[in-house]
Amino acid sequence: MPFIEAIRLALQQIWVQKLKSFFTLLGVMIGVTFLIAVVSIVSGMSRYMTDQLVGKIMAVNSFELRSRPNINLGNHDDDYWRELRRRPRIKDVDIEPVAAALPDGVLWAAVGQDNLSIQSKYTNKPRSVLAYTVTEDYFTIKKMAPVEGRLFSPQEYERGMNVVVIGQDVADYFFPSLDPIGRELTVRGLPYTVVGVMEKQGSAFGISFDKFIIAPHNAPLNRYVNTHGVIDAIMIQTPSREGMLSTMETVRQVMRARHHLRPAQKDDFELETSDSALEFWNKIKGYLVIAGVALPAIGLVVGAIVIMNIMLVAVAERTREIGIRKSLGARRRDILSQFLVESATLSTVGAALGVLTGFAFAKLIAAVTPLPAAVELWSVLVGVGIGAGVGIVAGAYPASRASRLDPITALRAE
Amino acid sequence: MSKDSTIEAPLGATAERQAVIESAGAAPGGDWVIVTRGIKREYDMGGEIVRALRGVDLAIRRNEYVAIMGPSGSGKSTLMNVIGCLDTPNEGEYWLNGTRVSSMSDDALARVRNKEIGFVFQTFNLLPRATALHNVELPLVYAGVSGDERKRRAREALERVQLDKRMDHRPNELSGGQRQRVAIARALVNNPSILLADEPTGNLDSTTSEEIMRVFESLADQGQTVIMVTHEPDIAQHARRVVVLRDGLIASDERRSAFVEKLGLTV
Repeated sequence: MPFIEAIRLALQQIWVQKLKSFFTLLGVMIGVTFLIAVVSIVSGMSRYMTDQLVGKIMAVNSFELRSRPNINLGNHDDDYWRELRRRPRIKDVDIEPVAAALPDGVLWAAVGQDNLSIQSKYTNKPRSVLAYTVTEDYFTIKKMAPVEGRLFSPQEYERGMNVVVIGQDVADYFFPSLDPIGRELTVRGLPYTVVGVMEKQGSAFGISFDKFIIAPHNAPLNRYVNTHGVIDAIMIQTPSREGMLSTMETVRQVMRARHHLRPAQKDDFELETSDSALEFWNKIKGYLVIAGVALPAIGLVVGAIVIMNIMLVAVAERTREIGIRKSLGARRRDILSQFLVESATLSTVGAALGVLTGFAFAKLIAAVTPLPAAVELWSVLVGVGIGAGVGIVAGAYPASRASRLDPITALRAE
Repeated sequence: MSKDSTIEAPLGATAERQAVIESAGAAPGGDWVIVTRGIKREYDMGGEIVRALRGVDLAIRRNEYVAIMGPSGSGKSTLMNVIGCLDTPNEGEYWLNGTRVSSMSDDALARVRNKEIGFVFQTFNLLPRATALHNVELPLVYAGVSGDERKRRAREALERVQLDKRMDHRPNELSGGQRQRVAIARALVNNPSILLADEPTGNLDSTTSEEIMRVFESLADQGQTVIMVTHEPDIAQHARRVVVLRDGLIASDERRSAFVEKLGLTV
């Protein structure tokens, strides 16, 4: 029997018993729904992590020289943490030798960072924000530009003047319906003049990237951000990906020499790239994908059992039909394929519905939670493929029973 | 029962066994559509062996219109199943159109049923959810005939039984006679060697029965080989040859004239 004919017959059969078919394919539908929803959210988060979050934390082709890793992944033993605590800090005096070793065209910036409580006379309450002190190339590396006002002048950097650029959230909170440019913010008792408001950086998982103030490296703020002479990181950006690796090696050698490390000793500093930031995410993603496959699998197994039962009932109910078809010349394989196609169609329809509800579910989650969702074509194909597969597996036994019915007995059935 | 016994009594020694004499010399193939030699069929019914057919020799020519009669338990249904390739004999040989089908595999028999045999059943056996047209198309589906050609031939078959006006109706929207005519159209659609009818009027009233008999009559006139299994003498007398089975053996095999004469029926 031609394939199309068999599918048409199967769809007709499903249509005739809409409600029963719906319950039959519910298991597969739920399984695929979860599969699609989990895959959409995981891949949405993944895309978000790569494009947004890590992109915000780490600029492209850049790495950071730090004393300790900014992002710590997974389970580490006490020795690890003890080793981190023993590490020397990166200091102001390290800036010059590192910068001198960098090839032409490579940008660098010293960065200090801490949470500080600040206030203004336009609001009652102080508020904690991320305070940075940076050197000149910081804004170029991070591709940050002011929407209002300006960045710091060379003199302001040089003399460490009390000026800041601020994020959108800071502007909104401390200067409600006021132009922040030229107005003052107080940090640890010292007034800072706002010279610029930076463009919106967005947010990830509900955490805003616009709650910051940035001052020149030499500004008084520096001593509250870091203890004297210490900096958090030197941010280094190379023009290309290839250049980054060799530049990292250059910086490593400079720092090993400065820390007097022998060849057998490990680095006592960190060169962190966006890859190391992503490593953390990839680890979580692994677990999420396993969960995302295991849970739907349970639904699919249940779905398969239901389909097998329904198909056995269908074979019993339609014994006479099978007898008629056999008397008219249907061979075993015709009957076999009829029931296989029917159960595969049933389950594929279930899977297709599951794909739709899965997307709806993912979109709903994306709408009501900070979790993002992204539609992946491969998950649609896998979902529908799984549907057909489940149908074929579940239909195999009932179909084989149908195909082996004796035509005379089958014709006598009521 | 009473009718059955009235048939049996006058048969026996005085029966005109011309057809049997003819078929004894029948060779498979040629003009002979059906030739069986010593067909035996036994069933194991829970330890008890039921010998449904005990050695049946039957030969039927092309264009013949034959009725197979007999009381229940005489083996006529078993014989029909064997002739219709739904069942295979335990012993003996059966040639259909010169091909030995008595030892074929299930799938090979399915092919033979599809190409050579058109069934008409007492209970019509139409697919309830399919239209008349689609029911008639079914054998063509299994023959691998594609869409348009299939529809065209199914329509032609329905025209032959004067049902082309109702081909989009489902069986439950048709009368018994119409249903049986759909079944006849379905049996004819693959141009089978034999039309095999099992109690075709068993579920019909006498008027409709006559109507269906006229359809068979005209098909036989057009050259279609028709074999009809029935236990009703007045249906059997429409055939041109009547074979009577008893206890799994052929009790008589004669032309209609002789059969009718013995029954005292008028045609």
